[in-house]
Amino acid sequence: MTNTRKRIFIGILLLPLLAAILVAFACSSGSPSGTLPGVTTSGQTTTPSGARINLTGAGATFPYPLYSKMFSEYSKISNVDVNYQSIGSGGGIRQITEKTVDFGASDGIMTDAQSAAAPAKLLHIPMTSGAVAVVYNLPGLSTGLKLTADILADIYLKKLTKWNDSRITALNPGVNIPANDIAVVHRSDGSGTTFIFTNYLSKVSQEWKDKVGNATSVKWPGDIGGQGNEGVAGQVKQIAGAIGYVELAYATQNNIPFASLKNKSGNFVAPSIEATTATAQGVELPDDMKVMLTDSANPAAYPISGFTWILAYQVQTDQVKGKALVDLLWWSIHDGQKYGPPLLYASLSADAVKKTEALIKSITYQGQPLLDR
Amino acid sequence: MRGDAVFPAVTFLAALAIIALMLLIVYQMTIVALPSLERFGAGFLTGTTWDAVTEEFGALPAIFGTIVTSLLALLIAVPLSIGAAIFLTELAPSPVGNVVSFLVELLAAIPSVVYGIWGLFVLVPLVRDPLQRVLGDYLGFLPLFQGPRFGVGVLSAGIILAIMILPLVTATTRDIIRMVPSTQKEAMLALGATKWETIWRAVLPYGRSGIVGAIILGLGRALGETMAVTMVIGNAFKISPSLFAPGQTMASQIASEFAEATSDLYISALIEIGLVLLGISLLVNIMARLLVWRATRGVGGRLKT
Repeated sequence: MTNTRKRIFIGILLLPLLAAILVAFACSSGSPSGTLPGVTTSGQTTTPSGARINLTGAGATFPYPLYSKMFSEYSKISNVDVNYQSIGSGGGIRQITEKTVDFGASDGIMTDAQSAAAPAKLLHIPMTSGAVAVVYNLPGLSTGLKLTADILADIYLKKLTKWNDSRITALNPGVNIPANDIAVVHRSDGSGTTFIFTNYLSKVSQEWKDKVGNATSVKWPGDIGGQGNEGVAGQVKQIAGAIGYVELAYATQNNIPFASLKNKSGNFVAPSIEATTATAQGVELPDDMKVMLTDSANPAAYPISGFTWILAYQVQTDQVKGKALVDLLWWSIHDGQKYGPPLLYASLSADAVKKTEALIKSITYQGQPLLDR
Repeated sequence: MRGDAVFPAVTFLAALAIIALMLLIVYQMTIVALPSLERFGAGFLTGTTWDAVTEEFGALPAIFGTIVTSLLALLIAVPLSIGAAIFLTELAPSPVGNVVSFLVELLAAIPSVVYGIWGLFVLVPLVRDPLQRVLGDYLGFLPLFQGPRFGVGVLSAGIILAIMILPLVTATTRDIIRMVPSTQKEAMLALGATKWETIWRAVLPYGRSGIVGAIILGLGRALGETMAVTMVIGNAFKISPSLFAPGQTMASQIASEFAEATSDLYISALIEIGLVLLGISLLVNIMARLLVWRATRGVGGRLKT
């Protein structure tokens, strides 16, 4: 072996060691700051026309199809490219808390502990709302099942186990309901969909609230867990007598029958985009928009639906990115809303847009509002 | 020569790097798992409640599920694998053997999420009917085959794991059997032994330690397999004597809940499950070493393990 070749060989052997040292270094030094390739420090003062600005976001998976469409449309009409990673709401909250992304996204409201952990005040900017459909598989019954909140809670508590229970048949006169056992299907992975669903059940059933509660993943009394919307839909489609819950878009696209639910005003409402938009009109919207829309009092509202939010710091530390972010948010709650309905996301109601405008206007850089309109 | 001094030092460092990485992983996981370790102590291993709302975490159902599905997978896969390996090396005409060998290796290359989706949409309906129907109707007096027939559950998870470890165990066993010197077989045949006797008395005992090693490799893969299991096991955090019941494994628990785990204690508990899984894998490996060591003691023509 010549000397050169020997050196190369030794070099190759040393590579894993180098890798180990790098890993050790990365672990001890913590996360790098949020500076991204494409935005140099010089970009903070002047952005030459045509230069692209990169924004990174991470969080909820539920609005991902919509965000992906909106952000790609926005990049065509602006100089902002958005890289959104749908890693889940929990991950989104962690990343924005660590400031490794420019914005986070979540299907749930941050808890007090989470807000306290963040280095500064995070705003919840609602982007859209979605409905959670209660889907079922009953041989010979492809539409028209009606359920009430009590019955749904008791089914998920495993207190009501037969489809032909008198409580269900009394509610659906003239409908031939088979005698199948009810197989209760839930999401096994933690999800915003589960958060909205259990939030609803906690509001309508004291027993559910005491025994199970409201979270992205709970201690289910029920039978089967499916991985993701597709997992739940798959189980419900395969098992006669199954009941489950999935995002509305998923139920519609896959032609799975879903139930109409009795809302707070006593009307039976099937999940739809309009019935979801209506929910925000029966709920008192607080100025910070941190509100769960479930069990709305609006007579036209479908009861299991909720906002999904983008999380952004009220005080931005980078003028260029901060400006790009508020412009993006402003566009998203106005022009961007039209991309929702084709993807079965409900547009924000007029009230919601108005309150959200105020939130976006409150975002500042060095004491000055970033939005110039 | 100078090179002779440098070379061992470099290789030593390379080996050290692997150990360092391993220690680093354990260290980092322990740090994150600390809140859960302090809060639940040994009760984490025996607790049966997993409740993110009240933040009460115990991992026993997941540990149970992991062990049961892995053992079930071995029960199904090992006889098939050894049979296939013997056929491929000793009995099959060469073109057939080559084709089958190729197919076995192809199976090993399929990503696990593909197995999962295939499992959910093809295997699970078949498990529900006819498998669960037949087992339930004829062997339903055993607690193993009682309860609602959802299709998804421990049985489906065991079968999908068996399919996934089959190529690994088969390929390794095949290579072990190929290593048996032909003199051993020829001596046996010269004594008038039949083909069956040759394989049973000469080939398999000679390769015993290697075959045990192959099985342990399969077990290792089954213990840690995540995606495919998550999709077919039914994900219910319960311990049930029935193979029909939905269950949960440690790996699928982590995969399911990590992304949306929000509180520190919750994440900590999930990481602790990872630590337990690491510990169980370590135990399995140590047991495998002991088994191989015992199996090879006093057997002529031992294989280096």
